[in-house]
Amino acid sequence: MSILVDKNTRVLTQGITGATGQFHTRTCREYGTQMVAGVVPGKGGTDFEGIPIFDTVDKARRETGANATVIYVPPAFAADAMLEAIAAGIELVICITEGVPVLDMVRVKHYLRNSRSRLIGPNCPGVITPGQCKIGIMPGYIHKPGHVGVVSRSGTLTYEAVHQLTQLGIGQSSCVGIGGDPIVGSSHIDVLELFNQDPDTHAVILIGEIGGSAEEEAAAYVKQYFKKPVVAFIAGQTAPKGRRMGHAGAIIAGGRGGAADKIAALEAAGITVAMSPADLGSTMKRLLDKAA
Amino acid sequence: MNIHEFQAKQVLGRFGVPVPKGQAATTPDAAAAAFTALGQPKAVVKAQIHAGGRGKAGGVKLVSSAQEARDFAARLLGKPLVTHQTGPQGRIVNRIYVEEASQIARELYLGLVVDRKAASVSLIASSEGGMEIEEVAANTPEKVLTEPIDPLIGLAGFQARKIAFALELKDKQIGQFANLAAALYKAFLETDASLIEINPLVVTADGRVICLDAKMSFDDNGLFRHPEIRELRDPTEEDPAEIEASKYDLNYVHLDGNIGCMVNGAGLAMATMDIVKLSGAEPANFLDVGGGANAEKVAAAFRILLADDRVKAVLINIFGGIMRCDVLAEGVVEAARQVKLNIPLVVRMEGTNVDRGKQILKDSGIKVITGNDMADAARRVVDAIGQGASR
Repeated sequence: MSILVDKNTRVLTQGITGATGQFHTRTCREYGTQMVAGVVPGKGGTDFEGIPIFDTVDKARRETGANATVIYVPPAFAADAMLEAIAAGIELVICITEGVPVLDMVRVKHYLRNSRSRLIGPNCPGVITPGQCKIGIMPGYIHKPGHVGVVSRSGTLTYEAVHQLTQLGIGQSSCVGIGGDPIVGSSHIDVLELFNQDPDTHAVILIGEIGGSAEEEAAAYVKQYFKKPVVAFIAGQTAPKGRRMGHAGAIIAGGRGGAADKIAALEAAGITVAMSPADLGSTMKRLLDKAA
Repeated sequence: MNIHEFQAKQVLGRFGVPVPKGQAATTPDAAAAAFTALGQPKAVVKAQIHAGGRGKAGGVKLVSSAQEARDFAARLLGKPLVTHQTGPQGRIVNRIYVEEASQIARELYLGLVVDRKAASVSLIASSEGGMEIEEVAANTPEKVLTEPIDPLIGLAGFQARKIAFALELKDKQIGQFANLAAALYKAFLETDASLIEINPLVVTADGRVICLDAKMSFDDNGLFRHPEIRELRDPTEEDPAEIEASKYDLNYVHLDGNIGCMVNGAGLAMATMDIVKLSGAEPANFLDVGGGANAEKVAAAFRILLADDRVKAVLINIFGGIMRCDVLAEGVVEAARQVKLNIPLVVRMEGTNVDRGKQILKDSGIKVITGNDMADAARRVVDAIGQGASR
């Protein structure tokens, strides 16, 4: 078991002929992911290295049975690509694109509410179930199949956490990057709910960062509902107020969204917070050894 | 991106939001001329900087003659104004705004923000105008009214009225407020704003509802479709190193420490700052070189780091995913040759093509201290400046 994606997931790429789309479609296929279709308006009927290309997501889904899509199209067109995938009834929509205007996401999120789709991202590395299915831009080789779930707002910091786990011999069930923007398709809580129900996930690493209150909300959820051990880290303990730290969502505004409040909320929920990003793996190991 | 008050009022005025008449000036004479042009007995002269608290800091004055406008402008222009938002060094005043004076009966607060939790734009209002809304929210949360706006419906009339009644507006003011709020929301959507703050929104002695102050910020990700807004950017309000970095599409934020940091990915970059601090030093910057960085971009980043003379050592922390370690190494070597590197350089690399990256650094002859992992690299860079200090 795992969450969101596994060896049966059939993936289509929106924006398959762009440089990023090509590169990552190739590496995901090499990893073993079933890359079944591509969508590029106007290039329907052609193919990318044997993967058939369609003009619309709807047609791609009907002809290939794709049940997940990954979006690499440029920011100006990303919202439209997400809407098209949702309208076509794709179950899992993953948007990698960075730089999507936040008001576009207000509209997408609204549309998402009355749909059967789940959206991950934008501005995220994607989702991987090690050994089965990789959708996105994460380096596959650092992962190892196992039982720790990872959910994070950051890309490379997730790689760091995964790498530490793997070095210590701890595998991962699934790793989900939810994205660093102010409005994203799925929250920490949405992913924690899935990990909670997944018998193959025994513990979770939760990575947050400054800005917003998603971590505080996740802490409240964990306290009330989550049954498995959680290790957390909050990036940006040294970030100044009022400055956006790279991610559009990473800003301490109006006295809110600082790391100290988030860490306090997480600890109050019984979550073990690693103060140093270098201690994520070892803290998890200690927790697992204690439970064993 | 932030803009000045006078620019915000111009933008909002175009959408039909009621704002007082005014003129910007960059010289004392122009300020005097602006006063005369308004043709009224009194005017307000306001310093234009990207920071709040200008009134309390002495950056705003009611004047009753062209000479008085000239004198006050001369006192402000070219000098730093220190407010509680600027930091101790203040901000240089390059421009002032001369605006018609308003007779104020009541001061209110009105704002529009992107509400993360509701995933919508929300209208925020309070009867406590002129105060910082964060303070009002912390001390008297019942005085802050929030109305999430459905993106399909827009700001509904009943929502505006609900706020207007809660603010105890009367008679014609209800309709005026509803129109003002609707125009504000239209301006927000059509400029890809991230924040509009009217503080205070005032009811004048003769019963009109107008925007006495205006602050607008824009979503950087939406600027590509608003060239007219992008032109309002004032580079003198920004850190020169940050402007230089933005030319190369680098995310750079200047901080106060002495360890220069170069990292790929925003989360890892923040985490690297954190681990530098935990190891006993202070980061000099946040710098995310991004996923698709090429050697040229890395070299530019390296030059920007070294241009800050407070930087006593550099820590490079790269986890190659899309970013390849060999590309990073080439960029560092290129930059180190351009600028003579005479401070310690610690490199921690992991991920795609890491062995080739390490080989390139080794072959270059540049003195590089290798960090085995994040913690080790942070320790080494802090040790390196410790040694530097004792020499």
